[in-house]
Amino acid sequence: MSSEEAALSLATASARPLNMIEAINDALDLMMSRDPDVVVLGEDVGYFGGVFRATANLQRKYGKNRVFDTPINECGIIGAAVGMAAYGLRPVPEIQFADYIYPGLDQLISEAARMRYRSAGEFTAPVTVRSPFGGGIFGGQTHSQSPEALFTHVAGLKTVIPSTPHDAKGLLIAAIEDDDPVIFFEPKRIYNGPFDGDYDSPSKTWKSHPGGKVPEGYYRIPLGKARTVREGSAMTVLVYGTMVHVAEAVLAAKGVDAEIIDLRTLVPLDIEAVEKSVEKTGKCLVIHEATRTSGFGAELVALVQERCFYHLEAPVERVTGFDTPYPHSLEWAYFPGPVRIGEAVDRLMKE
Amino acid sequence: MAVNKPGAGKPRGNLPPLELYVPEPQFRPGDTVDYSGLVIPEAGRQPRPDEACAASETRPLCDDMIRVLDAEGRAVGPWDPALDPETLRRMLRAMALTRAFDDRMYRGQRQGKTSFYMKCTGEEATSVASAFALADDDMVFPSYRQQGILITRGFPLVEMVNQIYSNRADRLKGRQLPIMYSARDYGFFSISGNLATQYPQAVGWAMASAIKGDTRIATSFIGEGSSAEGDFHAAMTFAAVYNAPVVLNVVNNQWAISSFSGFAGGERATFAARAIGYGIAGLRVDGNDALAVYAAMQWAANRARANAGPTLIEHFTYRAEGHSTSDDPSAYRSAQEREEWPLGDPIMRLKQHLVALGEWDDERHAAMDLELAEEVKKATKEAEKNGILGHGLHHPFHTMFEDVFEELPWHLEEQAEQAIHERRIKWPSWKEFSK
Repeated sequence: MSSEEAALSLATASARPLNMIEAINDALDLMMSRDPDVVVLGEDVGYFGGVFRATANLQRKYGKNRVFDTPINECGIIGAAVGMAAYGLRPVPEIQFADYIYPGLDQLISEAARMRYRSAGEFTAPVTVRSPFGGGIFGGQTHSQSPEALFTHVAGLKTVIPSTPHDAKGLLIAAIEDDDPVIFFEPKRIYNGPFDGDYDSPSKTWKSHPGGKVPEGYYRIPLGKARTVREGSAMTVLVYGTMVHVAEAVLAAKGVDAEIIDLRTLVPLDIEAVEKSVEKTGKCLVIHEATRTSGFGAELVALVQERCFYHLEAPVERVTGFDTPYPHSLEWAYFPGPVRIGEAVDRLMKE
Repeated sequence: MAVNKPGAGKPRGNLPPLELYVPEPQFRPGDTVDYSGLVIPEAGRQPRPDEACAASETRPLCDDMIRVLDAEGRAVGPWDPALDPETLRRMLRAMALTRAFDDRMYRGQRQGKTSFYMKCTGEEATSVASAFALADDDMVFPSYRQQGILITRGFPLVEMVNQIYSNRADRLKGRQLPIMYSARDYGFFSISGNLATQYPQAVGWAMASAIKGDTRIATSFIGEGSSAEGDFHAAMTFAAVYNAPVVLNVVNNQWAISSFSGFAGGERATFAARAIGYGIAGLRVDGNDALAVYAAMQWAANRARANAGPTLIEHFTYRAEGHSTSDDPSAYRSAQEREEWPLGDPIMRLKQHLVALGEWDDERHAAMDLELAEEVKKATKEAEKNGILGHGLHHPFHTMFEDVFEELPWHLEEQAEQAIHERRIKWPSWKEFSK
């Protein structure tokens, strides 16, 4: 499937408003109907359809042999998925919360990620691990984490994070079709609507957001291609997931003509888009919700410094969560919201 | 807060203080070995339930030990697989070839031809007889001591040596530690080196085979030591929950490097008995009795293939040599253990059986050993033409970056350029070998 074909199908497809969960469900449904080797497994994904309803109705439609509940054992879920992939299936395991993925890390890091390499291509692990991640829903320290940097540090894993229903569907289809293991983190704060960072304002839905228009049928968004959310000249903002919308709102409120790049895929990273934008704007702000030290932002800052140094007019700014566990009652004190982002923007604009 | 200080618990009447129990093996270097406390049931006395029986019917067999060959080398009892002499001779030959291969590779490592090797001496029956009982297209998820399966399935010795030497003909491109084979075309999964990870994978493969309505089953092997890993529990749970067509093997060779089986819980229960808690079939088998191993694997494979469920098999055996070429067992266990091991040597026992049948003799055995040593030598010479570890850099530098992903992303292309740039500085005369 070339990108031209994808573009054609997009242009002719009729779109309808879906939230991100419905878009993910749509992608899973579509891939299960197209490819009999796609199977979905995970805790509560079967009859019940998942705690966030992302797999709703799939078991009824495709049967228990292809959509089934699993024991509460993430090592087993991912380990079995690796074995299924070795057989020739294309498993899409769900880890109920990214915070629960750690018992499955050995199977991801030592097994799935290295299968192609260590067997010189004899065995591959086309496994797409879906998992809701991130905070902002009063999930406390075990339902709020953003562990993406752990996975970007592993050779052989791709890490994908959508920021809209439209992208979630196209990226998930591409992830499932990819012959390498993909970690697909779904920002659960924006499952039902975009979030501008103001925790006091009423929740928005995806209905009025252009990213909530999801084309019918098959389309894919290639992994490794960023999306320019907004063109601008004052600074480049590198961001992904929930923080795309927070950044957009803060910069709009401040009236800063920023170029906002939604990375969509952290590995492989769309370095061309990053370089092109920073070379144009000369300033760069990196934002993520995850803890700061050794976060993916550190990688982004290093890359920008290495590759765009002579275009930079100011030190690269980095806005992140704090280096603490995600606190329950102080959730909004932890969250890198409008104040933290706003001050970083001010510092950049002063230079 | 005094109560949180170590040792600050209140006195509780005349209760003695708590004591930590740390297991200790029976024998240490220099000790006289006495295995008279080890219960070795009489051969032929174990009942053989129907292959499709309720898992609970196998409970007695989890504590017993399935044995077919008696002290005189006769095959006795209901588990006797009644193999024809030609099959028995092929089995003997595969076991002897495995041992000859191990001996030569061990010496090769000592001679500096490679970095590492692992023998399976004394455990040949567990893999060779298992492979005889499986269908050729059943999928094996091995640990690092099942070379006997590859050899039984006819994987070319030269390919094995190429891998061990990490040379330019190594199908794994010199990426894996020696003996971490992968042979998809022989139904042999890529060996990890991380322990027990292959166990849930085997269950997943078996589940996939069942999802697709296939006829192939999966089997996996781990040591008793790594049965302590969480992956063991994951695999057993998944196998039980989905009634997966899989045979899970624990090769209990008594030692995990220097830790005896007690550190995996072996003092309190057999490893086969773990099947009981999961509600799956369990068999404990004399792992040095090739006929018993064959019979147990055949029983379990038939059971799995008939949708009657998974089986856990404990192969009770002894690791006659060190864990690997990096290990010196004389530092932690008595050298007498090997000599006194009450289940004998698997090759000698099968040989004795064939001799007792009048189908084999010492002369033929000696001639076979010579022939096999020659066959292995020939394979190593052939492989050495492709290079040995440490003599040159056998693989084009770009291959280091290939297969991380299906396609090279920009950052790996950049890093590959850097590696090749460094090669020009560090090894200016290096030439890519052309076949």
